[in-house]
Amino acid sequence: MGAGATVQENARVIKYREALNEALREEMRRDPTVFLMGEGIAERGGSYKVTAGLLEEFGPERVRDTPIAEASFVGAGVGAAITGMRPVVEILFVDFALLALDQIGNQAAKYRFMTGGAGRVPMVLRTQGGVGNGLAAQHSQSLEALFYHIPGLKLVMPSTPCDAKGLLKSAIRDDGPVIFIEHKLLYMAEGAVTEEDYLIDLGVGDVKRVGNDVTLIAWSNMVPRSLAAAEAVAAEGIDVEVVDPRTLVPLDKELILESVRKTEHVLVVQEAPRRGGVASDIASIIQEEAFDYLDAPIQIVAGKNTPIPFNLELESLCVPREEDIVQAIRRVAGRV
Amino acid sequence: MTGAAYSRELVLGFYRTMFTIRTFETRCIGLYRQGLIRGYFHPYLGQEAIAAGVCAALREGDYITSTHRGHGHCIARGGDLKRMVAELFGRATGYCAGRGGSMHIAHITAGNLGANGIVGGGIPLGVGAALGAKIRGADSVTVVFCSDGASNNGVFAESLNLAAAWDLPLILMIENNQYAVSTPIEQAAREPDLYKRGAGYGVDSRLIDGNDVFEVHRCTLEAIETCRAGRGPVLIEAKTYRHLGHHVNDPGHYMPQERLNYYKARDPLTTCKTFLLKEGLAAEEDVQALEAEVQREIEEAVEFARASPQPSVEEFLAEVETY
Ligand SMILES: Cc1ncc(C[n+]2csc(CCOP(=O)(O)OP(=O)(O)O)c2C)c(N)n1
Ligand SMILES: [Mg+2]
Repeated sequence: MGAGATVQENARVIKYREALNEALREEMRRDPTVFLMGEGIAERGGSYKVTAGLLEEFGPERVRDTPIAEASFVGAGVGAAITGMRPVVEILFVDFALLALDQIGNQAAKYRFMTGGAGRVPMVLRTQGGVGNGLAAQHSQSLEALFYHIPGLKLVMPSTPCDAKGLLKSAIRDDGPVIFIEHKLLYMAEGAVTEEDYLIDLGVGDVKRVGNDVTLIAWSNMVPRSLAAAEAVAAEGIDVEVVDPRTLVPLDKELILESVRKTEHVLVVQEAPRRGGVASDIASIIQEEAFDYLDAPIQIVAGKNTPIPFNLELESLCVPREEDIVQAIRRVAGRV
Repeated sequence: MTGAAYSRELVLGFYRTMFTIRTFETRCIGLYRQGLIRGYFHPYLGQEAIAAGVCAALREGDYITSTHRGHGHCIARGGDLKRMVAELFGRATGYCAGRGGSMHIAHITAGNLGANGIVGGGIPLGVGAALGAKIRGADSVTVVFCSDGASNNGVFAESLNLAAAWDLPLILMIENNQYAVSTPIEQAAREPDLYKRGAGYGVDSRLIDGNDVFEVHRCTLEAIETCRAGRGPVLIEAKTYRHLGHHVNDPGHYMPQERLNYYKARDPLTTCKTFLLKEGLAAEEDVQALEAEVQREIEEAVEFARASPQPSVEEFLAEVETY
């Protein structure tokens, strides 16, 4: 079963982190070449408990605590992947991926290409990003644009437990390399996840709320926030369609364009700083491929172009809040 | 070294590999001068004993990672000369279908995970190959080739530690040719004996003469034994010297003539050939026949590359769409 749609049968309500844990457990049971490494993931089960209990089941060869040496253990993941393994490497915070950028951008991303297609890097780099609660400038970034920009990487940013599980399973089976960015505020989020084995294909987006007036494109933690905003404006008679691409590379352009052709009004919401962001690229794709359908300029609500401050009130000003999204919806719908 | 310890087959094998590397590169540098090869070309001339000695000790299922100065490693690990020259020409039949060039040649099925355009970039890849083998319970060893310059990059230290912490079957082979481009190791490090770095990580470390193929081979065999017994990694520093500048367009004026002469007097090919003849392992005619055969192979490879098609633009554009 490799569908894109949300699976509802035999569903239980579980947390995002539990869904990720199930994905890892199932894939490790299925395929002995899948192994995990990262900081504090074994005994401790990871900072967000995503890998809890896996050491007990799979043992220390396949669930490894690494030294604090991001460049080399990410590179070791690449080397293991090239030679027949399917490593899932965890980087505690996406901010720390900057220490491993050579291995990600120059080695993993380009290996298949440089070897004329002879090599494969079936590695998943799991990491976690976004603003939390006062974690300050080096633990709060949304760096997806970096990976989005480098050809050769796939990029997954799930917003729900169901998506997180199905996408992680697909990412592990993919010939990669896949950057899989979770959101620190979503680990405790709950959602329905079927008991059945399922995959969600990379490159298949999902309409999280059907609507007719405005297409709102968002991913990761901006999805629940945008859904809340959509509910808030529903009372004013603005019917918002929330499209979650789920994977930014490959991007489900067709799903986005289909929605745009229907609503003729577009808002893109991203937590990352506005400058050089994925939202701008999505907006440019839409204006290039669906300009004739647009009834209003595309709006972007994005993070401010700033390092994230520690102070909670200042922090909250730096990424789109529900009220920012509400106002932007009104603007794009011509209701201001 | 005494003749008794070495079979004719083994020593002729060393010589053949080293002669192939030398002739391949000399010929390709000529083609470079004619404009048939473009881009970066980092000659391995002078260091042949290291690739030849190491790879002769490896078996199927073992891995190597290589560097920007990688032709020698590829040849010694069983590389196909035709596909190598074709890649240097950027042709569709090359190892990387013209996508990689000199700095990215890989022969994965032979266990050569590839050259690398990033100094030090291949070191963690080798750690990963060794790690994967350990997890699978495979009896495989990985050799990481790097030079003095890479040893000053952070990933060198990280990888040495990581491999040691996890007892990985990894041999870190530093080909200390004493320069990173034009910067001598004495300037880039207070301690120019790089093998000494292993001790601090609890890693068995050796210093050897990189121009002596026998010593390289013997030391690699010992290191492999250590690794297969689960006591890896092993660090080896092989002192050597380039015969040319950093790349084909670098005259290498900064290399003192005296020192160059010293190392040229210890040319690994000459030493090996003298040994073959003196120990009676081969006659002059045998060596000449071998050399003629290698030269023929290289000419065939050059002809193959010349006759090979350019990569298809349509195929490339279709590939682009997959990114
Ligand atoms: C990360 C990185 N920095 C700089 C360079 C440019 N560069 C190419 S080769 C080289 C010298 C490398 O020296 P060493 O590791 O001793 O290798 P050798 O050239 O002696 O084989 C440099 C600086 C590079 N390719 N990658
Ligand atoms: Mg050097």
